[in-house]
Formats: sequence, structure tokens, C-alpha cells
Amino acid sequence: MTHPVVLAASAATTSRELAFWILAIIAVVAGLGMVLARRAVHCAVLLAVVMLSLAVLYAMQGAPFLAFVQVIVYTGAVLMLFLFVLMIVGITAADSIVETIRGQRLAAGVFGIGLLALLSLVVGHAAIGPASRAKVAFGAGNVSGIARLLFTTYVFPFEVTSALLITAALGAMVLTHRERTTPKPTQRRLVRQRIASGRPTPLPGPGTYARHNAVDMPALLPDGTPSELSVSEVISGGGQMGSPGVTALDRGASDQEDA
Amino acid sequence: MVSPAHFVALSVILFVIGGVGVLVRRNALVVFMCVELMLNAANLAFVAFARMHGALDGQVIAFFVMVVAAAEVVVGLAILTSIFRARRSASVDDASLMKY
Repeated sequence: MTHPVVLAASAATTSRELAFWILAIIAVVAGLGMVLARRAVHCAVLLAVVMLSLAVLYAMQGAPFLAFVQVIVYTGAVLMLFLFVLMIVGITAADSIVETIRGQRLAAGVFGIGLLALLSLVVGHAAIGPASRAKVAFGAGNVSGIARLLFTTYVFPFEVTSALLITAALGAMVLTHRERTTPKPTQRRLVRQRIASGRPTPLPGPGTYARHNAVDMPALLPDGTPSELSVSEVISGGGQMGSPGVTALDRGASDQEDA
Repeated sequence: MVSPAHFVALSVILFVIGGVGVLVRRNALVVFMCVELMLNAANLAFVAFARMHGALDGQVIAFFVMVVAAAEVVVGLAILTSIFRARRSASVDDASLMKY
């Protein structure tokens, strides 16, 4: 009869194996979806899925510190930055399917298959041994182990990192800074501009007189046609505008006709 | 038993997906995301090798990769926003002024 400890160990092994396969499939499918999805927002969300499953994979391999850093820095900070810029650039930024260089997609596919074959050959030939026997540094002592390495062997690269981060932050500020090239418009000039533009009133708000008050729902004009002006260009330009459909007003009118 | 080889194989697949994405996509933001995927795949391999050798050095290197990736994203996205401001487009095809 098998010893209960051995049984428990084998159960733990199978559950680890199961977790690995589930997470690996999720990561690969999400990665493929990221390459294939046409909207940039979907790509960002799918990338978040890949990163979270990688975080769990790190934790499985005795790297709890990296798992948390992955969640906090990558999923938390980097992806939020991506989404933030996506909102500035416009959520509509859907990729065009037009190939600018002929046969580029085919060439990229061939390149991908070639790279996969090459890397698989290299990895297959390399003698990747089994995991070495578990040490303290791969469990509860992981954080202190990494800290010891960071502040002894890798102390110089660690310090250089701080310079890199400061340079990156300054660079980002310089790159996004905009110098004012024209004088600040006065109120008088703004009013003149507005009258000259032919629309002295403010633009209509979205959805105010329609059934919904969501921002993607165009307002209805008195004659019942939806007004494109009431929806932000970012939404209406990307074909994400909702349709007001049958409104309460229409229903009331038809009821009256029936009666 | 899940050996480090499994993890390295997964990282190879993710790396190739990221590489193909960089070549195929036209939106600069998505190209960036694919680069991030490639960096993540490399990190996974680092962690797997750290496990194989029973030393923490691989994890420390993966940590440095994350820091560099964060810096890269900050600067890259700043460049992207300034290009978008000038050209009203986030496509990699449009920023071709220095082509010839």
C-alpha cells in the first residue's frame, strides 16, 4: 500500500501539472487573441490576461516576489498607462487590414514559423534538467534572498536602474511637453470665433431627449432624427455610436394613432 | 511533474506570438503591447532557469527586465502621444518622413 505522504505528494504534483496546462492554454490563447483582435482595447485586456496567468506561473515556480511585482508593475502600472494613452489616442484606433507592403503578412507568418522551429530546436537540444531540489530561497525566504542578491552582487546595476527610471520620467515629461506657439486667445477673440463659425450655441448633449442618457447615444432632434453632433467624435468616428431606436415619444405617438 | 522545460517551451511559444504580432500589426500601441509580450516570455524563461539551477540570479535578472520594460513603456508612450499630436494617427505607416 502506498504511503499517505507519497500519495499527497503525487496529488500535489498532478494539481500543479493541471494548473500549468490550464494557465499555459489560457496564456497562449490570449496571446493569439491579442495579435488577432482588431481593436486596441481588446488587445490590452487580452494582454492583461496573459500577464496575470504568467504571474501565477511565476508563483508556481517559487518566485512569489516576482509574481507580485508582475501584478503590481505590469498589470497595474504598465497596462493602465497603455489604456490611458489609448484613451488619448482614441479608442477607435482599430487597425486597418490593408497591407501596405505586399506579402508582408505572409512573410511574417513564415518568419514566425521559422523562429518557432529554430527556438524549439535549440530548446530541444539544450539539456534542460529537472528543477533542482527546493531550497529556502524558493519559498518563504524568496524576498529576503532576492534582497540579499540585489544589495550585494547586483548593487551597481540596481543603482543604475534608479538613474534609468529618473531619465525615463524626465524624458517622458520633455516629450509630452508642449510649448505655446500662439498667444493665449482672449475672451473677445473666442466669442468672435464662435459667432464666425456659424454655431453660436453649445453642441447638444448626448442622449438627453432619447431613451438613454449614455454618452454613445445620440440626442434626437425635434423631427426625430438622431444628431451626430451630440456624440463625441472619438465615439462616433469609430462606429460605436448606439442607435436611439424606438423612443417613448414614438410609442406615445403610435398609441395616439391607434386610438 | 512540470519540469522547467515545460515553462521554457511556453515562453518560446509566447515569444514567437509576440514577434509575429510586432511584424503584423499596424497600430503602434499594439506593436508596443506585443513587445511587452516578448519581454514577458523572456522573463518566464529566466524564472524557469533560475528554478532549474536552484539559484536566485535568474529571478533578479527578470526583475531588472521588468524595470527596463517599465522605463521603455514610459518613454515609448510619450513618443507615441507626441507623434499622435502632430499627425493625428497612431499607425506605424504614417510616421515615414525619414524613409528616404
